[in-house]
Amino acid sequence: MMQKEEIVRHTFSVLVNNEAGVLARVIGLFSGRGYNIDSLTVAEVDVHEKLSRITIVTSGTPMIIEQIKAQLGRLVPVHKVRDLTVEGPHVSRELALVKVVGSGEKRVESLRIADIFRARVVDSTNESFVFEIVGATEKLDAFINLMEPLGLADVSRTGVAAIARGPKPL
Amino acid sequence: MAQETLTGAEMVLKALTDQGVEVIFGYPGGAVLPIYDEIFKQNKIRHILVRHEQAAVHAAEGYARSTGKVGVVLVTSGPGATNAVTGLLDAMMDSIPVVCLTGQVPTHLIGNDAFQEADTTGITRPCTKHNYLVKDGNALARTIHEAFYVAQTGRPGPVVIDLPKDILMGKGSYEGPSKVQHKSYRPQIKGDLNRIEEAVEMLSKARKPLLYCGGGVINSGPAASQLLTQFAKMTNFPVTLTLMGLGAFPGSDPQFLGMVGMHGTYEANWAMHDCDVMVCIGARFDDRVTGRLNAFAPNSKKIHIDIDPSSVNKNVQVDCAIIGDVGHVLEDMIKVWKSRQANVDAAALDAWWKQIGEWRARDCLRYQQGDQIIKPQYALQRLNELTKGRETYFSTEVGQHQMWAAQFLTFDKPNRWLTSGGLGTMGYGLPAAMGVQVAHPDALVIDVAGEASIMMNIQEMSTLMQYRLPVKVFILNNRYMGMVRQWQELLHGGRYSESYSESLPDFVKLAEAFGAVGLRADKVSEVDDVIKEMIEVNRPVIVDCAVDQTENCFPMIPSGAAHNEMLLGPADQVAKPISEDGMVLV
Repeated sequence: MMQKEEIVRHTFSVLVNNEAGVLARVIGLFSGRGYNIDSLTVAEVDVHEKLSRITIVTSGTPMIIEQIKAQLGRLVPVHKVRDLTVEGPHVSRELALVKVVGSGEKRVESLRIADIFRARVVDSTNESFVFEIVGATEKLDAFINLMEPLGLADVSRTGVAAIARGPKPL
Repeated sequence: MAQETLTGAEMVLKALTDQGVEVIFGYPGGAVLPIYDEIFKQNKIRHILVRHEQAAVHAAEGYARSTGKVGVVLVTSGPGATNAVTGLLDAMMDSIPVVCLTGQVPTHLIGNDAFQEADTTGITRPCTKHNYLVKDGNALARTIHEAFYVAQTGRPGPVVIDLPKDILMGKGSYEGPSKVQHKSYRPQIKGDLNRIEEAVEMLSKARKPLLYCGGGVINSGPAASQLLTQFAKMTNFPVTLTLMGLGAFPGSDPQFLGMVGMHGTYEANWAMHDCDVMVCIGARFDDRVTGRLNAFAPNSKKIHIDIDPSSVNKNVQVDCAIIGDVGHVLEDMIKVWKSRQANVDAAALDAWWKQIGEWRARDCLRYQQGDQIIKPQYALQRLNELTKGRETYFSTEVGQHQMWAAQFLTFDKPNRWLTSGGLGTMGYGLPAAMGVQVAHPDALVIDVAGEASIMMNIQEMSTLMQYRLPVKVFILNNRYMGMVRQWQELLHGGRYSESYSESLPDFVKLAEAFGAVGLRADKVSEVDDVIKEMIEVNRPVIVDCAVDQTENCFPMIPSGAAHNEMLLGPADQVAKPISEDGMVLV
């Protein structure tokens, strides 16, 4: 029997030409080959060279993770693929906008917790707040969980942006 | 610097000419009329008008596979493009360089469900190496040059360029091919020398080595095949080839063990199972080759040479991976082997060859030819014999006849064998043979076919007639979709659901209806005469060779089984029922 390999989570940074269809190519690769996408962000990072950076958080067996890296590298518009999880320490951050609706003690409690998490209020009515929170995925998860009983109404998350620590660029 | 201003259609023809294109396989339609107008006005590039767009791509594949050049296809928008999709995926799976130009509705109509509109780049994205939608006339020429670079660099593959009609009619400035450099795509060609030294070290210690080589050797060019032969001769290592690799090492050489895999030879598969060091050269551990993965070559160290990093460790974990072009890596490997004066363990190798000799003595391809009904193996053996010494190219369709052809035809040179390996496309053989004949007008080109497969692109007989391409179609007619019938016999209790070929045409009359020559062989005694006549006639020929209806293709590794569990013949099949896990596999 094939030994059951453990599932690991990896963060990839992919530098691509910012051209039509490039995101579809990456997503199609994942869906076509049955890989998971836990989170995906993309934006142009070099206007002159027309380069975009895609950050993908994915999970799979070590063999699948190696395949994902090779398959990404094989796409024609891809310049670089880095497995940040493997290649040394990295910082990863996510932003969430969290809408909480409520009144009385619950409303006060949500503000108190937001303060502890260093979340900012970016919109307020008499019956609601919109908090902006930045941090690692786990921190955002914890914050959102705490907001659940306090009137959590809506969440919008950006997905992870990540970068390697130290002086070396991608 | 003044740049030439041309219409899009003019630029297409100029770019193709600058790329050295000699022939286009295509079919016109509304969206590509401007290009056809330019084709009309020139005579540098020849256009072959096919009868179905799928055939255009297969013909381009045949052209590419037999010449090493890029095959070029031109089809219209919508149905023209969708019909080409099967061919594109076929080229993708078998790593064949093809550039396919598709027409598109004008840019302002894209997304409007216009007449003959299809999202061609969307549809073809997963079945091409890369694709483009040209939205700016000034980018057109560069895109075409880039497409040729991408199609033939690294692991080759098909590239689609979608051309909206307004871009073809409008003007733009032309760029020559020399100015074009790709921004991101630069595959590694030279192998890492440290890895190569490591491989040589492993091989010099091997007691039971095996070279397992595939289509990558052929894609790397004829020089790679010569280097492979040189390396095998230096070391006296046994060689086996995949379906796609046939011809990469001389088939008549005693060091050749035959094809490996599901219908490979007994000696090749047992050698694969028992070897202690395996070098996989330009092959990809496909499921047809490995059989059950956890029982695959269990006691071997594996070295893998491949230009595509994603082929490495995909199905099978290897011990030493060398990323690079097969030809370059083999050249370095031979140098390192010589400079280190590496030796093989001669005594161990002798014992290994002795073992292989015992496997070979099982004579796994043996069959019983009676004096009346033609065995398909016999027909192919005679075909092989009677075409010896000629410049012969063989293509096939898909099924039993394809496997028998792989087993019984001998290929001493690369680029002479064309078959749909990865995708397994019925209807591939006739148009592929057509493409070969266009590239090699004086060669003998034979499509070994089944009566079911040939019906899938039979319309191309008309193209053969139009361009006087004397392709020979050799049908092994068993009045069944033979491979489907074989699986139904072995796996589904002999319930032959929909696998019979009912209401077949009279192939002799069909050939005559197209204006070609039709021949028939019903008895063993007629086989030689029919083959000789087929070869002599300098026109397209269909041979209808009636063969044993119930013959099965052996040896066979049933799905889900290991190499050492292969079935040698009908007597084996009762003893070893196929597992449920295996039934799920195709």
